[in-house]
Amino acid sequence: MEQKKDTLLEIHNLSVSFSMYGHGFERTNLKVISDLHLTVHPGEIVAIAGSSGSGKSLLASAILGILPDNAVVEGHLHYKGQELTPDLQKKLCGKEIALVPQSVAYLDPLMKVGAQVDGHCRPKPVQKRRKLFERLQLPDNTPRLYPFQLSGGMARRVLVSTALITDAELIIADEPTPGMSLYQALEALKMFREMADEGKAVVLITHDIDLAVEFADRVAVFYAGTTVETAPVSDFKAGVDALRHPYSKALWRALPQNGFEPVPGFQPYAGNLPRGCLFAPRCPYRTAECERQVPPVRELRGGEVRCYHGT
Amino acid sequence: MDRGIFARLVKNFVVYGLRIISLLLAVSIIAFTLVSASPIDPVQQYILGLGTAVSPEKRAEIEAYWGVNEPPVRRYLTWLNELLHGNMGESAIYRRPVSDILWERFANSLALMLCAWVLAGVIGFALGCVMGMYRDRLPDKIIKKVCYILSSMPTFWLGLLLLLVFSVWLGWFPIGFSSPIGVLSENVTVGQKIYHLILPAFTLSLMSFSNIALHTRQKLIDVLNSEYVLFARARGEGRWTVLCRHGLRNILLPALTLQFASFAELFGGSVMAENVFSYPGLGSAVSAAGLQGDVPLLLGITLFSTLFVSVGNLIANLLYGVIDPQIREVGR
Repeated sequence: MEQKKDTLLEIHNLSVSFSMYGHGFERTNLKVISDLHLTVHPGEIVAIAGSSGSGKSLLASAILGILPDNAVVEGHLHYKGQELTPDLQKKLCGKEIALVPQSVAYLDPLMKVGAQVDGHCRPKPVQKRRKLFERLQLPDNTPRLYPFQLSGGMARRVLVSTALITDAELIIADEPTPGMSLYQALEALKMFREMADEGKAVVLITHDIDLAVEFADRVAVFYAGTTVETAPVSDFKAGVDALRHPYSKALWRALPQNGFEPVPGFQPYAGNLPRGCLFAPRCPYRTAECERQVPPVRELRGGEVRCYHGT
Repeated sequence: MDRGIFARLVKNFVVYGLRIISLLLAVSIIAFTLVSASPIDPVQQYILGLGTAVSPEKRAEIEAYWGVNEPPVRRYLTWLNELLHGNMGESAIYRRPVSDILWERFANSLALMLCAWVLAGVIGFALGCVMGMYRDRLPDKIIKKVCYILSSMPTFWLGLLLLLVFSVWLGWFPIGFSSPIGVLSENVTVGQKIYHLILPAFTLSLMSFSNIALHTRQKLIDVLNSEYVLFARARGEGRWTVLCRHGLRNILLPALTLQFASFAELFGGSVMAENVFSYPGLGSAVSAAGLQGDVPLLLGITLFSTLFVSVGNLIANLLYGVIDPQIREVGR
């Protein structure tokens, strides 16, 4: 496939499934991510929004090649125009692609924070770590603490610094801000913004849509393991009419400042996905077509949407 | 801050000391009850040991001297009273104070157990790491089977087998004892002692390393499946870097605990190994004392082994506080 030169990360028709044993010896494939699309260009922050269980964290694992052994990945995953094979992932991870993991469980419980942030590569970036910690308002004794001694917010800041200390071109940040004070969260995102402005890129997986909207360039909305819409951030600021997909609109309306309106129904559980559009069972605009076949991705007003009726 | 640690340590020691004392009391009562219920007549065994005929009057005299006909509770209290005054009594079969025999035999046993203990710990830990790293692949499968076979073998049988192969057929090692036969004990060299030690120590370590290896394997697999190892891999750490940076650090503590908690099995195993190899340690003394109804020696060794095992557990407990930062730092 021909790749555009200016894309850093390009994901097409990605699906991730887990093979597992169901009743007896029957082997079933549980599809958790299906037909996912995402493109990340140098110099931008792409926020990924969506409810829990929409496959956000799994996408991060798939990009870094740290999915469990029983996971099957299909589709196109390209980094700088090269196919992201397991060998390439091993070469790039930690150097060109860095992960900000979700919780303190990702830190070795018996290793001091300083040594963990420095990482295994030599020479140890001690100076850089000091500057980072200072900017993130981590107290002076933080490097000498063990992970269990960190508060929730400190742990997040430490996790963010594990990525910022590398010279990565692409950072995948999985929920980096919960537990931080507003100032610290803004500072962390500001650092991501500075990185992006240097021509690098950040994928920001988050629940906090308000904060994401302040710093991101584009927002990708996930639902049940697929991308339903990718929109410039201005559309999210403009309001519900600027958005394309019924689910994005529903998500927007569900925000506290926009009416706090819940969407009836539930996100379908993997293994029990509808045949057609994944949102169809909850969608007020659904037609027979939606229930028959998954709608293709189409470009619309500078964004992408996976809906027959999107406007 | 330091005074807090000190106070905590003292408190721990006092609590643990009280526990050990009550444990020793309970063990001595149970051991004494069992010995009293035993069908072996100590006086008869003593007289047999003398090798000469004894008149009924002389026998009655011995019985009176030993207090055999007194009620068991009074005998126990007499023994306890003497023990508290530092007198462990005299061994009937060796005709020497129990404490002398204890120290002499313990020195031999200690050398044996220490060698076996270190050997088992090092081999077990190393093989456990190999199994964990090559999980479900050929090296893991082979070593795991060897471990299962070894841990299901009785010690004495394995000892006999090794004795047969290495001492009888190959003639590499002596058949038994802790020094060559026909050499005065003053003239026995350290080299000779070590030479006599190798096979029993090897037998003993073969018995306990599989336990440590299998435990270490499981712990390492748990660690390698953890989220922090996942993250380490995502940061570009290779298999061996992960083992050195995160694996060893996180499995060393449980392995050490197991190692110190294995004192009991070690002692039990040494009874078997010492008997098979006729090695003059505590283990062979305890079986001799049991078979010949030597009550003072048997009780002495029982109490001593209880103390030995408790100290092992105490060391493991204290090590936790020193090594594990999650306990150490919270205590501050």
